[in-house]
Amino acid sequence: MKRFIGFIKKEFYHIFRDKRSLFILFGMPIAQILLFGFAITNEINNVDIAILDHSKDASTQEIINKISASKYFTIEQFITREADIEDAFKKGKIKAVLNFEKDFSKNLIKEQRATLQIISDATDPNTANTITNYISSILKNYEQSKNRSIELDYQVIPETRMVYNPELKSVFTFVPGVMTIILMLVSAMMTSISITREKELGTMEILLVSPIKPFQVIIGKVVPYIFLSVINAIVIVILSIFIFKMPVQGSLFLLGAESVLFIIASLALGILISTISETQQTAMMISLMGLMLPVILLSGFIFPISSMPEPLQVISHIIPAKWFIVIIKGIMLKGVDISFLWKESVILIGMTILFIGLSIKKYKIRLE
Amino acid sequence: MKENNVIEAEELTKEFGAFTAVNAISFEVKKGEIFGFLGANGAGKTTAMKMLIGISKPSSGKAKVAGFDVYAQAESIKKNIGYMSQKFALYDDLTVKENITFFGGIYGLSRARIKEKTKHLIMELGLDGIADQLVGSLPLGWKQKLSFSVSLLHEPKIVFLDEPTGGVDPITRRQFWEMIYKSANQGTTIFVTTHYMDEAEYCDRVSIMVDGRIEALDTPKKLKAQFNVDNMNDVFLKLARG
Repeated sequence: MKRFIGFIKKEFYHIFRDKRSLFILFGMPIAQILLFGFAITNEINNVDIAILDHSKDASTQEIINKISASKYFTIEQFITREADIEDAFKKGKIKAVLNFEKDFSKNLIKEQRATLQIISDATDPNTANTITNYISSILKNYEQSKNRSIELDYQVIPETRMVYNPELKSVFTFVPGVMTIILMLVSAMMTSISITREKELGTMEILLVSPIKPFQVIIGKVVPYIFLSVINAIVIVILSIFIFKMPVQGSLFLLGAESVLFIIASLALGILISTISETQQTAMMISLMGLMLPVILLSGFIFPISSMPEPLQVISHIIPAKWFIVIIKGIMLKGVDISFLWKESVILIGMTILFIGLSIKKYKIRLE
Repeated sequence: MKENNVIEAEELTKEFGAFTAVNAISFEVKKGEIFGFLGANGAGKTTAMKMLIGISKPSSGKAKVAGFDVYAQAESIKKNIGYMSQKFALYDDLTVKENITFFGGIYGLSRARIKEKTKHLIMELGLDGIADQLVGSLPLGWKQKLSFSVSLLHEPKIVFLDEPTGGVDPITRRQFWEMIYKSANQGTTIFVTTHYMDEAEYCDRVSIMVDGRIEALDTPKKLKAQFNVDNMNDVFLKLARG
């Protein structure tokens, strides 16, 4: 036991004396969570639009007022001719143009229908889509307020309710994803680098010749990172609760326990990576390319798994991060307990055992 | 095992697939001896040494180190030997003292014993002013001397040195060999591989490996007589070129 404590102490010296690893450990999580939380968002705010109003009557004025009153849009300019639309887009500031037809009010009253054209800049398709949706819903709203007095014979009124994230805050989906990426990277990349560093320096050989057992070496290398990853997880959860008002509906204890499980799975993966790489650089490349990209692309963090082609959906099953994201979303947003998450947890446990088993096998071959 | 032998190898062999790295070598090393283990690059020295220190399993043959069997008692061997590899292998980002404490710790030395050893070592190596400096900032020669001393911390019966003086200037090499003599006089057996033939002359007995076999084994004096040359360099060349 005393040997072991000495070993862990030494590992902390390595970590705290290396500015680069300190930065990756503590700088990256905070930077990422703030970046994803503030900068990268699916929502739109204060989008500049232009108005081309051919009628200039009471109805169009009412609609324009409604739109400019919303926090989503700012009316940047009024255009007078069709020909100027193109120019306005080319300058790049305007993301959409609203084109009211001639005699808008008149048509509306006489024929019960009038046309409003929404032209949006689709160089960024997502934003264009969102803008059109927002404007349409403002128009719906206007329509409903006008129709209140009229009784229609048949009417289907959809009443939507968004559960678990009623305000559709995108940060709620980013936090679980970022937490997953960070825990995975810190645990897997940092351990694999620190183990391969000992190989590169030749100190691993010295340790293997000493009476300390190989598994003690590995555990000694891993324990500090479990400790640091847990701190990281706590920091991320605190940031997301207090800065982004992210709820934790379920049990904090369960969240902690599942995080530790995922950290151990990632560490096991890190150990496996270190058994197949000889240099720190290889370990880093494998961790970045082999872990970070799949986690971002295939874990359901950014792109929904259900809309992926079949083969990619199958691949996503073997990514530990995917299961962990399901788990944290479940606990934080839905407030579910272990009875809903046991399957995901068992899969993570199984993966951990597999990684450790493979590492031991690889390691034995090396010693033969 | 004979009373006086600390290493005995008999037909020790290591195969990697179809390639035989070490081909049935047999030799003995006596207590307190400085045993030179020579050979060209790729002759199988390092592989042979790895089998003796318990980090590589032999394909066949027998060997005992410090009275323990390399197959069954590797753990006991590890407690009784010291090892210094050709790569300099202390931690650069730990101070001199921290390195000594760490390596003392993994060999299970008590805190008091480590303290005493540290004090002794620092005095002996003249590291007074720099005991709290990071090892990375020391010159290579000092690092190597420190590395050797660290491998002796737990007072092993045998110390294995794998090309310990690579890349070091002649004066430091000389000082290094003085340290080797000193510990041999105190009863530690030294098993050393080297490329430098002048160093071979310092050894009590020398074995020369060529293509996985031991082609010659005797005192430097007798080897020179046997091959009718006046230095070890020529003995080596004659053997290695066949």
